[in-house]
Amino acid sequence: MNAQPGVSLRDIKIMFGTVKVLEGLDLEVAPSEFLVLLGPSGCGKSTLLNAVAGLVEVRAGQIWIGGKNVTWEEPKDRGIAMVFQSYALYPRMTVRQNMSFGLKVAGTPAAEIERRVGEAAELLRIGPLLDRRPSELSGGQRQRVAIGRALVRKVGVYLFDEPLSNLDAQLRAELRVEIKRLHQQLGATMIYVTHDQIEALTLADRIAVMHSGVIQQLDTPARIYREPKNRFVASFVGSPAMNFIDGAISTQASAPVFEGGGLRIPLAGYVFAADVPAGPATLGIRPEHVTVGPAPSAFEAAVEIVEPMGADSLVWCRTPGGTAFSLRLSGEGGIRPGDRMPVSFPSAAVSLFAKADGARL
Amino acid sequence: MSAGNTAIPAGPRPDRTSAARWGLYAFLAISALFFLTPLYVMIVTSLKSMDEIRAGYILQFPAEFTVAAWTKAWNSACTGLNCNGIKVGFFNSVRILVPSVIVSIAVGSLTGYALSLWRVRGADVIFGALMVVAFIPYQVFIYPLVRIFSMAGINQTLFGIVVIHTIFGLPTMTLLFRNYFASLPPDLFKAARVDGAGFFQIFWSIMLPMAVPMIVVAMILQVTGIWNDFILGLVFAGRENLPMTVQLNNIVNSTQGERAYNVDMAATMLTALVPLAVYFGSGRWFVRGIAAGAVKG
Ligand SMILES: Nc1ncnc2c1ncn2[C@@H]1O[C@H](COP(=O)(O)OP(=O)(O)OP(=O)(O)O)[C@@H](O)[C@H]1O
Ligand SMILES: [Mg+2]
Repeated sequence: MNAQPGVSLRDIKIMFGTVKVLEGLDLEVAPSEFLVLLGPSGCGKSTLLNAVAGLVEVRAGQIWIGGKNVTWEEPKDRGIAMVFQSYALYPRMTVRQNMSFGLKVAGTPAAEIERRVGEAAELLRIGPLLDRRPSELSGGQRQRVAIGRALVRKVGVYLFDEPLSNLDAQLRAELRVEIKRLHQQLGATMIYVTHDQIEALTLADRIAVMHSGVIQQLDTPARIYREPKNRFVASFVGSPAMNFIDGAISTQASAPVFEGGGLRIPLAGYVFAADVPAGPATLGIRPEHVTVGPAPSAFEAAVEIVEPMGADSLVWCRTPGGTAFSLRLSGEGGIRPGDRMPVSFPSAAVSLFAKADGARL
Repeated sequence: MSAGNTAIPAGPRPDRTSAARWGLYAFLAISALFFLTPLYVMIVTSLKSMDEIRAGYILQFPAEFTVAAWTKAWNSACTGLNCNGIKVGFFNSVRILVPSVIVSIAVGSLTGYALSLWRVRGADVIFGALMVVAFIPYQVFIYPLVRIFSMAGINQTLFGIVVIHTIFGLPTMTLLFRNYFASLPPDLFKAARVDGAGFFQIFWSIMLPMAVPMIVVAMILQVTGIWNDFILGLVFAGRENLPMTVQLNNIVNSTQGERAYNVDMAATMLTALVPLAVYFGSGRWFVRGIAAGAVKG
């Protein structure tokens, strides 16, 4: 297989009328990489993807695909294919016609079209559906067809705009695996938009977390999860969500300590990004990192609510200072509201954020 | 809670036809009668002989049915010195109608498509201008257009009248199609662009097949509108191509001596036949047509 193209966005600015959606955005997608754009609704993910596809005009900046400046190119000349959130299948065409339309427009010989449609249909297991209309398909089948329509184009870069968001949980999990398999088989570069963090964490080589038009963090899923760069990333990624406790950092007996929520947590195990910053801060800890059991810094917490989640349960407690937090216990564990247990926040697993700008400390 | 209402609600709700409902029915019946009476008079008159009409009972059923008036109206009614019947006008109208409907819908759907999906420079201005034009009484445009057409040498020709109908149909047709295309999911258009289709390919292969319901509505609006047109045909079509409506007027107004009411009625009904057929033939589409037309005002 020949080298796949990378995608590079340089200082992109996009406006709708007078509304600025993206500004000064830079993004490098490596060849064959699976990059996920993750962010809340309205943060500009689709806009960014459309810009790569050439479907919205950029006010400033450049877009490079495969080492070629395509900023002024038409969508069809960019070597991309796109799968849309709403499927966007042509309603008056059969599945076969839907998939072959682009090739026909490009003047591909009929035999070649036939071959490619057959190939894609087999890959996506939609062979028996080829002569149906989109209206005669289920949601999952439509989505497969939409992916098939992109596949037959045989390009180096595939763009997915929330392709699974209209499907139920089970189908989503199923197609997620299929997309992952596709990526491994094709080795193509893929940019995948979603606001579903599970999709992001499972599919991505790297995740770009976006918030109001700005990429907050671009990193591997593991690092995004373990070392969120700021409070937004920390709170957006992870389910159940990270706990936050407001307080302050100070140096006591030449060791950093976090005090807040009625707790005093020595930060011996925490790796600071720079020098120890004394002052107001927010401590974040994921529910599964809260440990239960005797420890030097443990405090006693009363269980308020238990949420069973199958394999484990989410248990809600309060710090002595009254801040609610959750922790994850494997199994049901026989925990009931009112129970008391020793709980500690291991400093190696916490994240600290500046109070002012939410940046990781 | 009233004491008498003791039934436990279960199953279908009992049918309660109130006095108000009966009043409504009565009103509807009277309205229907009001509009049907003239039609009834026209039909029976057209089927009577002149002798019977002279007797003066206009509501009376024909004692003796005769279609003589209809054949006369069709074949030999006179306008001035020509006595070839209204069929001349009928075929003129058909010759005006068919190209006008096709061309106006083709142009209107294309402009509607361009204005809704492509970022045409000044699309808003163009669209605004079209809407303003749609609200100006078109009599205002007639004289300037006559001058322009004369200069272009297409005044009083079939071509000229087709152009006129296309122009005057443009605002409505554009609005109709623009609104329809603008209501489609934008991703569809984007997908087609990614697939590499151009302006006309997207229009022809994707948009037009989806717009079939709108085309039907547009045809209903245009067929009835153009068929019923009088003044544009009179001014622009030329003596050779006068549409049926104009000829009907000539027949009804140019009779010398005794007025042949039965022939007039028959000719009128013949003229109304095409829109009538459209009304009855298109059923639910027609309601949509009215709703769409309502936008224009
Ligand atoms: N055609 C448009 N005209 C004006 N504003 C737009 C247009 N499209 C998007 N926007 C605005 O740009 C911002 C980003 O939109 P975008 O569609 O990229 O969000 P998104 O991250 O894809 O959200 P979602 O997850 O809901 O799809 C939003 O605030 C939206 O209101
Ligand atoms: Mg979106």
